[in-house]
Order: sequence, then C-alpha cells, then structure tokens
Amino acid sequence: MSKSEAISWFRIQEMFRFQSFHMYGIIGTAVVLGVIITYVIKKYKLRDYQGNPIVFTPKEMSIPRYLIGGTIFGLGWALTGACPGPMFVNIGYQYWAILIAVGGAIAGTYLYGAIKDRLPH
Amino acid sequence: MLEFLSQPWPWYTSGIVIAFVMVLLLFFGKSFGVSANLRTICSACGAGNNVKFFDFDWRSQTWNLLFLVGSVIGGFVSAEFLSNGEIVQISQATIQDLSALGISAPDDLQPEEIFSLEAAFTLKGFLILLLGGFAIGFGARYAGGCTSGHAISGLSNLQLPSLIAVIGFFIGGLITTWILLPVIF
Repeated sequence: MSKSEAISWFRIQEMFRFQSFHMYGIIGTAVVLGVIITYVIKKYKLRDYQGNPIVFTPKEMSIPRYLIGGTIFGLGWALTGACPGPMFVNIGYQYWAILIAVGGAIAGTYLYGAIKDRLPH
Repeated sequence: MLEFLSQPWPWYTSGIVIAFVMVLLLFFGKSFGVSANLRTICSACGAGNNVKFFDFDWRSQTWNLLFLVGSVIGGFVSAEFLSNGEIVQISQATIQDLSALGISAPDDLQPEEIFSLEAAFTLKGFLILLLGGFAIGFGARYAGGCTSGHAISGLSNLQLPSLIAVIGFFIGGLITTWILLPVIF
C-alpha cells in the first residue's frame, strides 16, 4: 500500500478531485483481477487449504444501510485521507497523529454497536 | 533490486498485490476486510459486556488482528528500509487546488497541516483526525464494510450492496472534498 502511495492523504484528495488516474488504477486493477479470480473459484468450486469449499456470502440487500453508512465513511475517508487498512500502515510510517484517527474509528465502531438497533438498515 | 523496491511503485503493482492478498485470504478460508478488526478490538476490550453487537468470540478473529500487525510492520519496513525520501507525485492541478486552501505542496507522503504533531495537537487538527476517524469507524460498520470489504471483496463478487456502498463512499468523499474542506481550511 505505502509503496504505491495509497496511504497518502494527497493521493486521496487527488482521487476525489478526479485529477489523476492513480488511485482508480490501483482499485480498478484489484477489482478486475478480483472479479476474474472470484469467477474462477466459483466455476471450478475451488477449495481452501483445509479442503473446505470457498464460499462467498452474498450481502443482504438494503439501500439506506449501504448508502448512509457509505456516505458517513466517505466523509471521514476524505478528511483523514486514510481508510482502515492504510491507517495502520501510517502507524508503521510513524505518522503518530494517525493514532487520533484510529482512536476515533474505534469509538465510532463502538457507538454504531451501541445504537445499531435504532438506525434504519 | 533494492533500488527498484525503493522507488514508488506504479499503480498496477499495488492493484495486483491487493488482489493477491485477497486470494491468499480466500485460500486460507478467510475473507479480506480490514474494518471488521475495529469491532474485534472493541470486543477484546470488553465491550461485549454492555453491547450485544460486541458479544462474540473475538479470539476467532486473531488472524485478522495479525493482518493489522502486519500492516504496521509493512509500513515500518517501507519507511525505514525501502524509502528514498520520495515526495508523493500528485498532479499540478491538485497542488494548486490545495494551496488555495492553504495546504502546502507535499514534501513527503502526508500534509504537515494535518499530520505533523504540532497540527494534530491544535483543537482544529485534533478534531479533524478524531471526527474523521469516528466517521470512518461508524460508517464502515453501518455499511458493513470499508474499502477492502466492499470496494475490493464485494465488487469482485459482483455484489450490488457493495456498489451502493462504494457510491456512498464517493458521495461522502466528494462532500468533504468540495464542501467541508473549504469551510475547515
């Protein structure tokens, strides 16, 4: 991640301003390969290393849940320039300020768990 | 070899590596999703006693926590041994837009105005990171996944819910970029 600068706040800004292909290239390559691999696994019913079939659980359909949740996530993503994975890579990079965002993310997750039943899903 | 590793990698390398990580996890009977760890951390801290959502066997998710440890180590190795102090090469247009907001051109990977410790411990800087992180944690669990779970794993499995979530990520991101950042900075 860090070697392609996907952990950089600047790169995320550039993405949301549609001023470079870089991030779209990263995500696009991963998704195109992912689609092919997932298709092959399903088609040939491949198994994991323990011999269990690899199953893909379909996600439950809902619009408000994904749209509202996704939008809130996006607000934070553009603000801190890091989604959950890159947050931890940034710790390794010794950008200690990101620890504040990690603390925020844990608190946000806790609040969601606490008020989950009162939100539209 | 080391010289090659020390340069910033082109986007397709990273895309391939991410897809490879996903396959590796699938073949180990797991699935690729980073934000689930935040729930696991809450649970490991004892949140299951008060909130049912966190009442599960978090130890079964240790493998995923190790993924986080690996991410930190990866970042460290990359910063200490595989970096030549490269400045992130963003487009001129972005540099101009950001300088209009008062954010100076990159001199490493992250903007000083947000990530330097001096900035992080001003009220504004602290709130940006805290609230940004909060929205990420809350939104990821609400939407049932983050960039890895929805944009990568979900889209790979052609899941409509993941596409809706990704559209949401962009709605939120565009609001922050075009409306919130000009107000904040």
